[in-house]
Amino acid sequence: MAGQSRILNWMKFIALIIVMILFVFPFVLLIVNSFKANQAITSDPLGLPSSFQFDNYVNAFDKMGYVSAFSNSLLITIAGVLLIALFAAMTAHYFVRHKSKLNQYLFFLMVAAMIIPFQAIMIPLVKIYGSLSLLDNKWSLIYMYIGFGSPLAVFIYHGFIKSIPLELEEAALMDGCGRVQTFFRIVLPVLLPTTVTISVLNVLWIWNDFLLPSLVLTSSEQRTLPLSTFYFYGTYTVDYGPLMAGLVLTLLPVLIVYLFAQKYIIQGVMQGAIK
Amino acid sequence: MLTEKGLWTRLLTRLIFTGPTLFAFATVMIIPFLYGIYLTFTNWDGIAIDQNFVGWDNYIGVFKDTVFWKSFGMTLEYVFITVVLTNAVAFLLAYAVTRGMKAQGWFRAGFFLPNLVGGIVLGFIWQFIFNQVLVFAGQKMNLTLFSTSWLADPDKAFWALIVVTVWQYAGYMMVIYIAGLMNVPKDVMEAASIDGASNRKMLARIVLPLMVPSFIVCIFLSLQRGFMVYDLNVSLTSGGPFKSTEMVSMHVYEQAFLARDYGLGQAEAFVLFILVAAITLLQVYFSKKLEVEA
Repeated sequence: MAGQSRILNWMKFIALIIVMILFVFPFVLLIVNSFKANQAITSDPLGLPSSFQFDNYVNAFDKMGYVSAFSNSLLITIAGVLLIALFAAMTAHYFVRHKSKLNQYLFFLMVAAMIIPFQAIMIPLVKIYGSLSLLDNKWSLIYMYIGFGSPLAVFIYHGFIKSIPLELEEAALMDGCGRVQTFFRIVLPVLLPTTVTISVLNVLWIWNDFLLPSLVLTSSEQRTLPLSTFYFYGTYTVDYGPLMAGLVLTLLPVLIVYLFAQKYIIQGVMQGAIK
Repeated sequence: MLTEKGLWTRLLTRLIFTGPTLFAFATVMIIPFLYGIYLTFTNWDGIAIDQNFVGWDNYIGVFKDTVFWKSFGMTLEYVFITVVLTNAVAFLLAYAVTRGMKAQGWFRAGFFLPNLVGGIVLGFIWQFIFNQVLVFAGQKMNLTLFSTSWLADPDKAFWALIVVTVWQYAGYMMVIYIAGLMNVPKDVMEAASIDGASNRKMLARIVLPLMVPSFIVCIFLSLQRGFMVYDLNVSLTSGGPFKSTEMVSMHVYEQAFLARDYGLGQAEAFVLFILVAAITLLQVYFSKKLEVEA
């Protein structure tokens, strides 16, 4: 019996490895092909590179405007994530600690708005912000992320703040801290685990978002990484080598971060779903 | 009693704490949403400074737009298949990687990998796989299923979209199911196993009923994502061949921004909103009924 279940366990293990290969193989294939010459890719996409073509990378790096796209993406993501977390934490805190009908309605409105799909908003959004000449600007995009991201963040913070004992804040207020000071010194540090969760969800969303940036950012200098990948791919459809290298370049920052923050990312997604 | 000074500080505190969020939320979501409803009654072409009021014309237009309904029907089919497959695969994966096996962490990390990457990039990677790799392998090994590109065949392109969607989201939903599985109380499981329940019985009678909340969340998320699919649609098939895989979200985009019929596009987006809202609310309502009292 024991031997049989051991074999069964091994079979399960091997089955899992096969599934794992299915999940990871596309990325491996991409990286391998990114080092091959164009001809080698089309004649044998499964073969290993005979000589490493770093030209592909040089080419893609240049043509994608990688430096500019990467720094745009970085700025937008960092600013968006930090501002959503800060403002949402303050709002959620206020809602929990100042119970009034008005605050209840406002909170309910934010939660209800989460069901509105982006497609129902994108056309008027472009029209309104276009007529105010606020398009093609990174800061407008960051501002929009705050608007779209705050409902979920307020919702998650709201759930967490309810469980924090009030005494902690009362003591600080008693000792002469103002409301704002109490929030920054006492409440915000306590919210750190929730902030990590919200930041993980928002980084995954904002860093990879395509439709909203494609509507807001029109000039090539403003492009984010997903946008520049899209335009790069669209204009070089025959040249597979640089295309593969371009996709790897887009993946690279994400893979590096994942390597170091894997635990937090998976935990963040887990926590975000429970609340 | 409220002194005037007290009132001002109260207002100021409210403004500092809720001002930025509520202002952004109102100007980015609420006002555009309401303005969008107004736009559905106009015929803006994207260029003219003002638009004319056309009454219900756009909504009549929505009903007459057969392409919209075709892509809506296709989206329904796509959503149904992907929700079922994604959640089945995700649950199986979650179940497999919570049984105390070696290298569980590595498996989880691997299955989650596609979710770190945006739909645009994933679509391009799979476009390469469907157009080059599978065709190459199919011709080498004489597999007719793969010997021509899936993306060139209207029916197979639809399934290509499904394969990539399931591959993309299964890992995400797996993580949520793992959280649910870990929340199943250990003592209940132990009691059942002492009472002689088999693994299969435990799964059916204890684990699955206690996991209903996780299923609600995952089905909700996969429904929403399915209806809104856009990035992957654009980069994998760009709606082709011959518009055969143009999902509703992409259709709305094309109607508004490419065909320059913003009023009609917005009306279609609004119809989409109503239908999606109804379906998700129904789903949450009915699955809440399934929830067991813990």
